[in-house]
Amino acid sequence: MKIHIPNSVWLGNIDPFLQGFDPGKTDRLELTFNKKWMSIHPMVLSMIASLGLSIKPSKIKCEKLEATSKHYLKRMKLFDFLKINSGINITEHESAGRFIPLTQIKNSAALTKFITDVTPLLHLEAKHAEPIRYIMSELIRNVLEHAMSKDGAIVSAQYYKKSNTIRIGIADTGIGIWKSINESHNPKTDLEAIKMALTPGITGTTKKEGGTDRNAGAGLFFIKSIASVNSDFFVIYSGKGLYKLLKRQGKKIELHADPFMDRHSTRDDLPGWQGTVVGIDLSLDTTQEFSLLLGLLNKTLKEAIKERKKERYKKPQFT
Amino acid sequence: MIHIKLFKEVGPFAENKDTARKIRLKKLIPALDKNRKIILDFENIDGATQSFIHALISDLMRKYGNEVLDKIEFKSCNDTVKAIITIVVDYMQESI
Repeated sequence: MKIHIPNSVWLGNIDPFLQGFDPGKTDRLELTFNKKWMSIHPMVLSMIASLGLSIKPSKIKCEKLEATSKHYLKRMKLFDFLKINSGINITEHESAGRFIPLTQIKNSAALTKFITDVTPLLHLEAKHAEPIRYIMSELIRNVLEHAMSKDGAIVSAQYYKKSNTIRIGIADTGIGIWKSINESHNPKTDLEAIKMALTPGITGTTKKEGGTDRNAGAGLFFIKSIASVNSDFFVIYSGKGLYKLLKRQGKKIELHADPFMDRHSTRDDLPGWQGTVVGIDLSLDTTQEFSLLLGLLNKTLKEAIKERKKERYKKPQFT
Repeated sequence: MIHIKLFKEVGPFAENKDTARKIRLKKLIPALDKNRKIILDFENIDGATQSFIHALISDLMRKYGNEVLDKIEFKSCNDTVKAIITIVVDYMQESI
């Protein structure tokens, strides 16, 4: 596998980076970097770290880093995950308020501890910390329950002062969304599976409306809705499929059960990612009160279920 | 009547579905089977996920119907927790 880190990857321009990912020869990883500057979204870091976990350090070829921002990768603990010596020395400093380094979460208890630790680390007002811990908990729990990955979830996050944004990346190398949804539904493509996963009421664990005792099939819809209300980017990449929620245009807030009704872009031809990757930005300037957002979300959810029920109504036969 | 103080089991952010399931199976279902009322006390809990609340109560609504809501009192919920519980309760009533 090969990954090249260009000088800038954020969710708005992530498509060319993903297009350049070479998933061939899964027993080795080659990393190359922009020589001058790298500004990369935590989603990218989580991807590389999760790939590195299943590859022997001797099979990882890492180009010598020259970019002045190379220390960032060290600080985020990327080389710890790859188990290679980068030759970069840094002075460790308190991460509070700035970043959450790459962290591997393999079970429910570790997730609970992570969420507890993350909240004070972020040093945010309650109205900002609330959606962030919500998003992290739901996304990581999704990995633990559906991805069937022996390595669990790899998560990282970074606060960007200039844009006053928290950027979060979560990656796994599990079965991917298509296989998970295909347990109970029949998506034809990775993109169709992603669409189903984002639609409220659809879960891979059952065909029934309302889900099971464990899964409602609404988790990703909630997260997409949080991003949509706050006019933030949200990206989900699995197999060859990519769904990207774009920033809202205009002030009118509308939530849609159908993710393709939101302002978005899609791809169904990317190099295949074995597993699922999610990236989300949360702008702290536009964060709405969480309870207000939930009220709006409830309305959309109820309308969506009614619509879905209506679709299954049997018609009277008139002769 | 049984009074369950959730904070002791889940901490300030109720997100662990395994814990929710355990509470449902070990405390809620046995109490309802004995026709006892339940107080689910959210004091000191400042947030919850939809997944946690779903794992806690959705199966009760499936098993006992929405009449089960007459037997459960949700106490000391802040606005966020109230909103999440309302979403799950409405979602289940629309779905079942």
